[in-house]
Amino acid sequence: MTIRTLRDHGQHYRPRMACLKKVEAFVVEMQDPKSGVKASDQKLNITSIPHVITGQDILAWIVTKMKVTTEEAQAFGTMLVAYGYIYPLQNHRKLVLVADSTLYRFQTPYFWPVQKWPAEDIDYAIYLAKRNIRKKGMLEPYEQEHYNNLHKWMNYKWDFIVMQATEQYKASKERKKPDRVVLDCQERAYWIVHRPPRRTHSGMDYGLDRLIDPNAEEVLTYDMVRRTNIFLTQALMRSAVKSSVSLTAFVKYVTTHHTHDPLLTNPVPSNPWITDNDEFWQLNMRNVDIPTKLSVERWALSFWELISDQRGRADFKLFLKKEHSGENMAFYEAAEEMRWGAATAIPEKSQFIFNTFLKPGAPRWINIDGRTMGLTVKGLDCPHRYVLDAAQTHIFLLMKKDTFYRYLKSPVYKDMQKKALVPAPHNFTDAQLEANAKNRNPGISPIVLWQQQEAEKAAAAVAARPIDVKAMVATNKLDRK
Amino acid sequence: FSGSFGEVYQTFHLSIYMSSNNKFSISPEMATQEVQPNETLSNLKAESDTLKTKLEDERAKLHDVELHQVAEKVDGLGQFIMKTRRTLKGHGNKVLCMDWCKDKRRIVSSSQDGKVIVWDAFTTNKEHAVTMPCTWVMACAYAPSGCAVACGGLDNKCSVYPLSLDKNENLAAKKKSVAMHTNYLSACSFTNSDMQILTSSGDGTCALWDVESGQLLQSFHGHAADVLCLDLAPSETGNTFISGGCDKKANVWDMRSGQCIQSFETHESDINSVRYYPSGDAFASGSDDATCRLYDLRADREVAIYSKESIIFGASSVDFSLSGRLLFGGYNDYTINVWDVLKGTRVSILFGHENRVSALRVSPDGTAFCSGSWDHTLRVWA
Repeated sequence: MTIRTLRDHGQHYRPRMACLKKVEAFVVEMQDPKSGVKASDQKLNITSIPHVITGQDILAWIVTKMKVTTEEAQAFGTMLVAYGYIYPLQNHRKLVLVADSTLYRFQTPYFWPVQKWPAEDIDYAIYLAKRNIRKKGMLEPYEQEHYNNLHKWMNYKWDFIVMQATEQYKASKERKKPDRVVLDCQERAYWIVHRPPRRTHSGMDYGLDRLIDPNAEEVLTYDMVRRTNIFLTQALMRSAVKSSVSLTAFVKYVTTHHTHDPLLTNPVPSNPWITDNDEFWQLNMRNVDIPTKLSVERWALSFWELISDQRGRADFKLFLKKEHSGENMAFYEAAEEMRWGAATAIPEKSQFIFNTFLKPGAPRWINIDGRTMGLTVKGLDCPHRYVLDAAQTHIFLLMKKDTFYRYLKSPVYKDMQKKALVPAPHNFTDAQLEANAKNRNPGISPIVLWQQQEAEKAAAAVAARPIDVKAMVATNKLDRK
Repeated sequence: FSGSFGEVYQTFHLSIYMSSNNKFSISPEMATQEVQPNETLSNLKAESDTLKTKLEDERAKLHDVELHQVAEKVDGLGQFIMKTRRTLKGHGNKVLCMDWCKDKRRIVSSSQDGKVIVWDAFTTNKEHAVTMPCTWVMACAYAPSGCAVACGGLDNKCSVYPLSLDKNENLAAKKKSVAMHTNYLSACSFTNSDMQILTSSGDGTCALWDVESGQLLQSFHGHAADVLCLDLAPSETGNTFISGGCDKKANVWDMRSGQCIQSFETHESDINSVRYYPSGDAFASGSDDATCRLYDLRADREVAIYSKESIIFGASSVDFSLSGRLLFGGYNDYTINVWDVLKGTRVSILFGHENRVSALRVSPDGTAFCSGSWDHTLRVWA
């Protein structure tokens, strides 16, 4: 049967299959007797089956019609088979399009995925029962499993199911042999798509249903509209930036980062995933002595890039130590820790931060304006994780706008630029690549690295603590004789 | 122009903090004010429409150039070849989600059969495996320290499993149940530390949790339907995140106040995936309507649509390359499309998976990306 028109079936129970409408348009065109895929009759086990198409014809038609490459057409063709619009005649369990003389047929619209009725279990039970009646032991193992399951939990309806199956079996016996074969093929194809056997990937297997029904009318309550209005009013109060300004910023970002993107510019010495050699990662580790030139260049792009790279942050801290303004970075880190840390640790941390950075005469007193200081200290009475936000922003902007630029001009950074490594690109022969693939470096577990880092931090915290003179005298460390 | 959106926002936020009369923020009182007698629903709707048109006009005035016009002076990309470098086999059912570890080589992935596996993708060894008590583990995330993983799904919860160096240790014994939603968990992500988790759920809300105590720190209401995805801002202020849902909206939230600060509704179907642009000033979304779109946060509008006539099946997962020049999209027709973000054209199409691509993430240093698929495998491409 040829289909010439496309009807909207509403898809009321197949919510997210909007793609199927577009697919159907194609399928209808494909079946056009003049401009569609050419069909022929094929002999299959004595009977002659009409309207059979070959895989390569389908592929050629898709390539011409959609103006795509063969591979893309292959992907689309596979989708057609996976959703059950076309079914294979011979290897009926593999729902892919094979681009040779493999035979396919168009599925009848009765069995198309968009129809209003879902593939219910009861229909499946009737189908399996019918096949069982026709010839016992004809069910495949996975079908037998389904059958047993359905028999168990649909037991109360089983008489009805058997009755229906017998009726359908009798009706099919009345039909002519070719029709019967075709109908059997169609029905079998339908159930392969809707109850796929193991290792068959069917398009109807679309995962969990989402809670909301897209066909349900959206009910706008009073409250919702008021909230929308408040949101819109606020949006109008906010200022936006001109497109030319923000889009130019994207282009600038992409251009400056082009050389740092390993997928666009080959990384030196080599991309570990391609050559199976992880030297690239080893050269960029947190605690490496001399960083690579590319890393050092990246630090100069922005303050955020500098402190996001752990090696860069270490270098920056070295510079701050020389400038005797390490307290800014320390405060920033402490504030970050409080913001992202556990809720129970907040009172303790806020106390520590106050004593170390904020109280008058504190050992690492940070220099922020009086107003911010006043607000922060007042807020510390009832500390919450965002209490240091104002001070943190002030310090961050200070470092970003002033200290960062001085860092870039400093001997610390210039020295690092000179010392930075430019690793030679790897040039592995095929034999070496094979050897690499066999000897992939397992690396260090991140858990171990984390423990190392924590130990270092603890040691640094102890070292940074102000020296308690009384305690030292008590332990006789200061000999005053 | 100076600084990024983050900076502008930060100064704005500062002013809220500073002013004792909180006139700018929305207070609970405003939303529950006494109803004025003449404010009927139709009046409100009319007001809503006028506000919308006014906002669109304001934004349209600032739209003086298109992205591809600005991108004209940028060099084209030329031929782009990427191949599967690793295939990770081991899951017994559909792979639903994956995440990279900060060490750039380890991956955690979760699947429909309830298994969560931690791999060293470089050597393709499995390092840890956890069996969740529920099926359909739709969300998984690696902790920034590399010492724990979080996962959840149909159990409506997000649980954190601390990883151990001892291979024989039963990880399920130390499991910590953190988040609790009233419907399935669709996505989860650690914030900048192991101590906080951000989750999104089918019940239409997102929530921020304290891991240690399991306490709810902030909840985010505003989506009218299932929230399917979220992503945290990479920028220096790190105070916002985006979420996409079945109501076709992509929202930008302020983590501190719980408010939705921006909202974009241009997709025609469910938004399956949202991802921030590396600079934090834009984000991309992939949807069931077979398009990926780029939204500019500073200009407050959609600036690009990545689609083709021949791409009919929905995009399930998107991610940017390190420079933001490339956008990778995993689609339901088993393919991965690579888009040139600036020019709006498709650079390449990758084949290899035998069922739909459900998860796609670029590695932290941008050297490769990993795609998880319903064909039970994960592939690393470079």
